[in-house]
Amino acid sequence: MIPGRIADIWVYLAASPLLGLTITLLAYQGAYWLYQRASFNPLLNPVLLAVIMLVAALKFTDTQYQTYFDGAQFVHFLLGPATVALAVPLYAQFDKLRALLLPLGVALLAGSLTAIVSAVGIAWLLGAGETTLLSLAPKSVTAPIAMGIAEKIGGIPSLTAVLVIMTGVSGAMMAKYVLDALRVKDLGVRGFAVGVASHGIGTARAFQVSEEAGAFAGLGMGLNGLLTAILMPLMLALWRWF
Amino acid sequence: MLGALTTLLIYQLIGEVLVQMLALPIPGPVIGMMLLFLSLWVKGGIPAALHDTANGILQHLSLLFVPAGVGVMVHFARVSGEWLPILVAVFVSTALAIAVSALTMQALMRGGSPRGDGK
Repeated sequence: MIPGRIADIWVYLAASPLLGLTITLLAYQGAYWLYQRASFNPLLNPVLLAVIMLVAALKFTDTQYQTYFDGAQFVHFLLGPATVALAVPLYAQFDKLRALLLPLGVALLAGSLTAIVSAVGIAWLLGAGETTLLSLAPKSVTAPIAMGIAEKIGGIPSLTAVLVIMTGVSGAMMAKYVLDALRVKDLGVRGFAVGVASHGIGTARAFQVSEEAGAFAGLGMGLNGLLTAILMPLMLALWRWF
Repeated sequence: MLGALTTLLIYQLIGEVLVQMLALPIPGPVIGMMLLFLSLWVKGGIPAALHDTANGILQHLSLLFVPAGVGVMVHFARVSGEWLPILVAVFVSTALAIAVSALTMQALMRGGSPRGDGK
C-alpha cells in the first residue's frame, strides 16, 4: 500500500469514534490479561497499565485527548449505570450492613476526615499551590462528586478527576498490604475501608476479591461521596474563618 | 439483559432529573442507586436478570475509569511541576484513610464473631 493511502485511512479513522473506543477496550484487555497472569497482584493494577499504554499510544501518534475521548466516551458513559447497579450487591448484603450501622457510620466519618485533612496537609507541607490543594481535597470521592466539589470550592475539576483516578489506583494497589499489616481479616471491614479511601477503582478491586468486600466497598464509596459533598464546603468555611 | 440495562438507565434518568429539579449536590447516578436500593427493599428480592446484568457490569468496573484516567495527559504540566507533593499526598493519605477506616470499624465491631479469610 502506498504511504499516501495509509495517511488517508489514518485521517479517516482519527476522525471517527471507532478508534478511541477500540483501543480503550484493547488496552484494558491487554492490561487485564497481564493482571490475571500475575494472579491479580494489586501492583499490576489494570487501570494504571491501560492508562500508561493509551497515553503512550496517543503521544506517539500525536493525537489530542479530546479526539480520543470522542470514542472513549461510550465506555465512560457506562459509569452512570454502573453506579446505579451498585444497589444490587448492596441489597444482597443488606442484613449484614443493617447489623453494623454504628461501626460503619463512625468508620466513615473517621476515614473521610483523614483522607481530606491528610491529603491537603501533606501537599501543603511539601509546597503545593492553593489551586492544587483545593483540587486535591475531594480526591477520595467518586469522580463526578469530586469534580462538582472542586468546582464549588475553587479547584480545577479536570485536575481533580486525574487526582481521583490516581487515588483510586493507589488505594487498589496498597490496600492489601496496609490491611494485611494491620491484621484486618474481615472482608466487610476490608471492603468498606477501600471504598471510603479509594472510591470506584478501590471498589472494582474489592469486587475482584469477593462479592461481600465489593458490596461493602460500594457502600463506603457512596456514603463517602455524600459525606464529603456536605463536609467540604463547611470545612473550607471554617478554614477561611480562622 | 436488555430489560435490566433499561431499568438501570431509567433509575439513572430519574436520579438526574431529581438532581436538576432539587439542585442537589450529589450526582444523579448516586440518587439512582439509592432509589434502586429502596425499590429492591420494597420488592424484597433481586430479579435474576437484574442480578446478572449488574454483576456483569461491576465485574469490569475498572475498565470504565480508563478514559478519565487518560485525561492525565492534559494535566501533565501541572502534575509534573508539583509531582512530589501530589504523589506523596495521594499515596500517604490514601493509605492512612484505609488504615483509619478499617481500624475504627474493627474496634467498634469487637464482640461480634470474627469472619472472613483475608484477601
